[in-house]
Amino acid sequence: MKPASPQQGHPYAEHPSRRQTQRGFWAMQQIRQGLHATNLHKALADLGAGLRQVELWSTMGMQEIGDRYRRSIIGPFWLSLSLGVMVLGLGLLYAGIFGQSIDDYLPYVAAGFTVWGLISGLVLEGSRSFIDAERLIRQLPGPLSLHIYRVVWTNFIVFAHNIWVFIVVALIFGVQLSWGTLAVIPGLLLLLLNGVWIGLLLGLISARFRDVPQIIASVTQLAFFMTPIIWKPDMLSGRTFVLGANPFYHLLEIVRGPLLGQAPAPEQWLAVGLITVGGWSLTLVFFSVYRWRLAYWV
Amino acid sequence: MAHIRLHNVHISFPLYEVAGRSLKKRLIEGSTGGRIGNSQDSGGTVVQALEGVSAQFEHGDRVALIGHNGAGKTTLLRVLAGIYEPALGTVDVQGQIAPLFDIGLGMNPEATGYDNILLRGLYLGLSKREMRKRAPAIAEFTELGDFLDLPMRTYSLGMRMRLGFAVCTEIDPDILLLDEGLSAGDASFVKKADARLREFWDKAAVIVLASHSETMIRNLCNKAILIEHGRVVCTGTVESVLERYKADSSSVALEP
Repeated sequence: MKPASPQQGHPYAEHPSRRQTQRGFWAMQQIRQGLHATNLHKALADLGAGLRQVELWSTMGMQEIGDRYRRSIIGPFWLSLSLGVMVLGLGLLYAGIFGQSIDDYLPYVAAGFTVWGLISGLVLEGSRSFIDAERLIRQLPGPLSLHIYRVVWTNFIVFAHNIWVFIVVALIFGVQLSWGTLAVIPGLLLLLLNGVWIGLLLGLISARFRDVPQIIASVTQLAFFMTPIIWKPDMLSGRTFVLGANPFYHLLEIVRGPLLGQAPAPEQWLAVGLITVGGWSLTLVFFSVYRWRLAYWV
Repeated sequence: MAHIRLHNVHISFPLYEVAGRSLKKRLIEGSTGGRIGNSQDSGGTVVQALEGVSAQFEHGDRVALIGHNGAGKTTLLRVLAGIYEPALGTVDVQGQIAPLFDIGLGMNPEATGYDNILLRGLYLGLSKREMRKRAPAIAEFTELGDFLDLPMRTYSLGMRMRLGFAVCTEIDPDILLLDEGLSAGDASFVKKADARLREFWDKAAVIVLASHSETMIRNLCNKAILIEHGRVVCTGTVESVLERYKADSSSVALEP
């Protein structure tokens, strides 16, 4: 590849008048290099190689959780306990405010909080994935997707602790099991699959622009209120576009629905399918172009 | 046959100042009508870390990278490791690479010695099963005994180094990349470590070592590359390159 320098001589020569074009030159060089077909292969190879290092990222994830609760007696079950307290408090209060029956509302809130915890964890920790792994990235060659899988795995473990809160609530209030409950498995897998692209995309952007994690944190907070977690979709009169256009709602519903014994509607699957395909396509483009730049950014 | 061949490799780091990293600044610049040329320039300077580096590391080579601080030795090692992919130039690698830039990398002070042996092994690309098999031998070599069941934060620096050293020398890579060698801890341990180190070095097909220690370079290497300001100044036998280095920098001598 020949450098796109109009003049003879070295393209990087330190010359004041050329300083300006230098940045432009590098930006073009990056994109040109990135769009090359081999880079898509490298991006896909990275994702595959990262997945194969399952022993490493699962161990890292386990240790991370272990570290958070080291020397505490009930350990990671503090997660479940604090969620339980929140569900109970908020559930009782809002059931009163909204005039809902507790039998119905408490399991709804418990399921909503549990799944939302997973989604927001994937988004928030995903956006910090590469920033937090800075030292490793600069010392250790290897697939970058490793750090995303670690985040997804860690959040899945947290979810596995939190789900007990829902199970206890569901047993107390007699949530009906049905065939629809089985949809929780594909729903959860699909959600985790989306977690991988979310982490990759947000992680890359955040590594380059350090304000982005802050922006994401506030957007996620807003999304919590915009998404039916403490309120129910049927409480909305009109303005249903707020639901339809909210990707968090669809991602939430394909797991919460089955937990409450209702298989998600076909439109719901379709929406999540579109989010998955669209998100992954966008991420693959980004990851192909900027994967090799990440080590320079962190 | 293991080898690494670099051809005309350029590495440059964009320096994003605090403001340059922020999206806000970019957006504001856009809305206030700043020209693209200007806003790109305001991102700061580009540090040219390597310029047109070509080098061959072939089977049997023990290459020393020599140069002042900031000459580009560590960057070159990271390019060899595949961490930095060059914007221009090609890197051709044949063989399995083990970069040992930091033997304590990824170790967790809260985890026990045994856990860290496992974790460090995984970082080096070994499987869990393999590490479980090798753990007893590694543990014995460290002479840390019952301490291995305690969290690593209770260890002294020397004990940590022993542990890192013992795990890192357990692998057998084709290509070994070292920044300032491997330190093994206190004097009594160094003697024991020496034999293991020699064996470890002999196993590798290619070794690249960045160092300021003349003794180490002379003992270990059969080739040397002198780097100044991101460029290869000369390549050749250790003797000739060291001579050139000393001639160039009469004021700054190597450590004996």
